[in-house]
Amino acid sequence: MAEELLRVEHLKKSYQSKEVLHDINFAIHKGEVVALLGSSGSGKSTLIRTLNGLEDYQGGTITFAGETVHPSKATWLALRQRIGMVFQSYDLFPNLSVLDNILLGPLKVQHRSRAEAEEDARKLLASVNLADYADRYPRQLSGGQKQRIAIVRALALHPEMMLFDEVTASLDPEMVRGVLDIMTDLAKRDMTMIVVTHEMNFAREVADRVLFLSDGEILEDRQTAEFFAHPATKRAQEFLASMEF
Amino acid sequence: MNWTVITQSLPQFVAGFGITLKLSVIGILGALLVGAIISLVQYFRIPGLRQLATVYIEISRNTPLLVQLFFIFYGLPGLGVKLSATVSGVFGLIFLGGSYMAEAFTGGYNAISKSQIESGRALGLTDLQLARYVVLPQGLTASVPALAANVIFLIKETSIFTVIAIPELTNTALDLIGLYYNSNEYLFELVVAYAIILIPLSLALTWLERRVRYASFGN
Repeated sequence: MAEELLRVEHLKKSYQSKEVLHDINFAIHKGEVVALLGSSGSGKSTLIRTLNGLEDYQGGTITFAGETVHPSKATWLALRQRIGMVFQSYDLFPNLSVLDNILLGPLKVQHRSRAEAEEDARKLLASVNLADYADRYPRQLSGGQKQRIAIVRALALHPEMMLFDEVTASLDPEMVRGVLDIMTDLAKRDMTMIVVTHEMNFAREVADRVLFLSDGEILEDRQTAEFFAHPATKRAQEFLASMEF
Repeated sequence: MNWTVITQSLPQFVAGFGITLKLSVIGILGALLVGAIISLVQYFRIPGLRQLATVYIEISRNTPLLVQLFFIFYGLPGLGVKLSATVSGVFGLIFLGGSYMAEAFTGGYNAISKSQIESGRALGLTDLQLARYVVLPQGLTASVPALAANVIFLIKETSIFTVIAIPELTNTALDLIGLYYNSNEYLFELVVAYAIILIPLSLALTWLERRVRYASFGN
């Protein structure tokens, strides 16, 4: 088995007095693809955001690459170069060209040379079939193109793990495939990934494991095939029955 | 309407026009500078200065320019600060305009969505980098319409300079009316003079708003 990359132990998160994540425990190994499934409001987005320091947490520990994360601004600033994240709303920066969007992290955060970073960025753009779009602005792009570029922007930092938070949820149906193909490709190239998604077919094809969340608790942590064939809990059975796929 | 009255008073109006224009330009530039600084103090929540900025904004926005001018021109000498009418006028305009400009800038920064900021954070940008590359460039663009409205507003406010006898347009007109009683002609000239400044400027600013939006967000 590959080395462990991420371990979450007894993680708790509350908004004021309301606890929204209860005692979350799981570990992810290098190269593993984990689908985080659950109905809306189950806490999956909150959980994935916690793993990039966008949400604070009130208890438990996160260990990344063997080091316990001491939750502070500085820790997360450094870790975000190693844990990439892509969001539902793509959020390319509209004031920057596609290339400048991609280069912002490598140049300003990682202080890499422009020549090297730009060559890298163009290669990444080519890998998502958008080589000719370097000088365009986000508003000239379709949602699917924006999301592919948002993925490239995160990959440009060469992270060790990628978090995807419902990245196809606001795309037109015909754009979804292109984005999922890129993620499938990443998975094949052994990127460690946590994917919050409602695309059940994608989860079933690509994920090694499924974490099923309900009401802020992990109800199932299973191999993907097992989870889809024999969901153990009633909540998971209901959830799968409610999804069209 | 007597055209001789108008042609005879034209030189005074041209002089007043020049003064209104000059004081407006200086006052607006000063207000933009003060506003930009105050808005950054608030954006970065600089302790101490931030509270001071809030106090300033509340006083500036909630007192009339007339009263502010009286305080600067008639009140400050009592505290040992004696300023000429012109300098008092410009200071007054900057004092008033600074807070309006600050609010316009801040409104622009606040228009940037939380998800934009989060995706910047997710790239590992520091707060300063986030401000410089994401929030401020977009926020400035978003604040242009409000800034433009303030420019027009401040130019119109210069008419209050008449109370401290600065010979700008309104003062010129009121003075002439007092001397010669030709109210119709002088008020007509006054309206035309303001319109000559404000209508083209207003159109130019609308054009600029559109232009800035295209320039910074591509087309």
